[in-house]
Amino acid sequence: MQSDFKEAEINPLFVRGPSLGLRLLLSIVLAFVLMFSDYRYQHMDKVRSVLTVAVTPLQWAVDLPTQLWSWGATVFSDRNALLDENAMLKERALLLSSKNQRMAWLIAENIRLRELLNAQDGYDDRFMLGEVIGLDSDAFLHQVLINKGRNDGVYEGQAVVDVLGLVGQVVAVSAFTSRVLLIADTSHAVPVVVNRNGFRAIASGTGSMNSLQLTHVPETADIREGDLLVTSGLGGRFPPGYPVAELNTVEHQPGKPFAKVTARPLAQLERSRYVLLLNPREPTPLPEEGGQKNKATASPAESQPETPDNPEAPLSDQNTSGDNT
Amino acid sequence: MAILVIFSTFLLALLLSAMPLPDKLLWLQPEWVFMVLIYWCIAVPHRVGVFTGFIVGLCMDLLEGALLGQNALTCSIIAYLSLLLYQRLRNYSTWQQAMMVGILIGINLMIYQWIQNLTTVAADTVAFLLPALASTLLWPWFFIAMRTIRRRFHVR
Repeated sequence: MQSDFKEAEINPLFVRGPSLGLRLLLSIVLAFVLMFSDYRYQHMDKVRSVLTVAVTPLQWAVDLPTQLWSWGATVFSDRNALLDENAMLKERALLLSSKNQRMAWLIAENIRLRELLNAQDGYDDRFMLGEVIGLDSDAFLHQVLINKGRNDGVYEGQAVVDVLGLVGQVVAVSAFTSRVLLIADTSHAVPVVVNRNGFRAIASGTGSMNSLQLTHVPETADIREGDLLVTSGLGGRFPPGYPVAELNTVEHQPGKPFAKVTARPLAQLERSRYVLLLNPREPTPLPEEGGQKNKATASPAESQPETPDNPEAPLSDQNTSGDNT
Repeated sequence: MAILVIFSTFLLALLLSAMPLPDKLLWLQPEWVFMVLIYWCIAVPHRVGVFTGFIVGLCMDLLEGALLGQNALTCSIIAYLSLLLYQRLRNYSTWQQAMMVGILIGINLMIYQWIQNLTTVAADTVAFLLPALASTLLWPWFFIAMRTIRRRFHVR
């Protein structure tokens, strides 16, 4: 082994410059200052989002093999397979549009009924399609990276869904990418209602991708296995009515005030590649990034009305149970 | 030239560490960045040091979305310890060296978990040390690969 480093022996044997300990001290102090300010102060988010632009090429590069693979799969895929897929998709489109036929009428009716009740209507959710380009390499953080950022109108706290249910919310935004905290993360909780009877609860993540926990559910609560949990809209972060999870187990523990309730997230947290960002804003580039990026403005927001999904309304029961069974 | 080579190995390590893996395999993912940092600290201690570690760690933080400075701290400590030990490490046999590397990485994973514990939620098992084990097992081959690169491009 000694001979391996013969070339290095020409150089001075001991490292010169400011002493090693001093350098370490400097780094440690700097690191702690960074950590503290990142932990405590909101304005560090801006610093982070600017710095993240520097590593964005890396994030893209990580995603490159996947992109190449899917590109290759498209290029070399069998013509018949494509035709089959096409036929299947057409069939599905037909099915969906037939399901959709009465939607306009139902929406109109719902709005009329809500007007009678003097309730607000909030069904005009807009979507923006995002693509997952990175997973978290830390086993304890359940976050994904998506390819839309501030320049596309993403903002912190934005709700993210996939085709089956709620995925999570945006927690950090940079110019071109943003980070989504999944509902399965231990630091995440979402207010939900049981779709069947409107019972309110909070579903918090457990760190496992296929289980959520309902906290502080009284023993006597009317809640049973197979119940659908949808977002309640309380707290104002998630729009109401998006399916979150299906109740897995309700465990009554004698002598304890609360039941132990677990639920299985409906969204494919580990698998979905495409996600929908709800209600994108007008793109707001950071001031220092200037106006040259305004061309990105055109991309977002294929707006379309969202399925009426009101936890209390009986018709949404039909909708959602039809999707899930 | 030398700087370019060192830079690109760090880049590659960052890419590898950010590579998506199935959840189960994530536990066994070697700490590529730490390994590259340790190697360069042993091989060219006058080029790669504490501040290099700091910068690389900061990049890791940004890539992983961790608390800003969390990996910067652990990377600086790794660089410091390997600079303290580099003459000894050079004279160790391969597996001795690998053990030392495993211990260094283990210490830093513990610091990382400690900060994680202070700020958010940390692991409730010691399984977070598995990457150190994976790095130890991989070290001999990693070392040979890196040495080849170093000699090929005359990094000194």
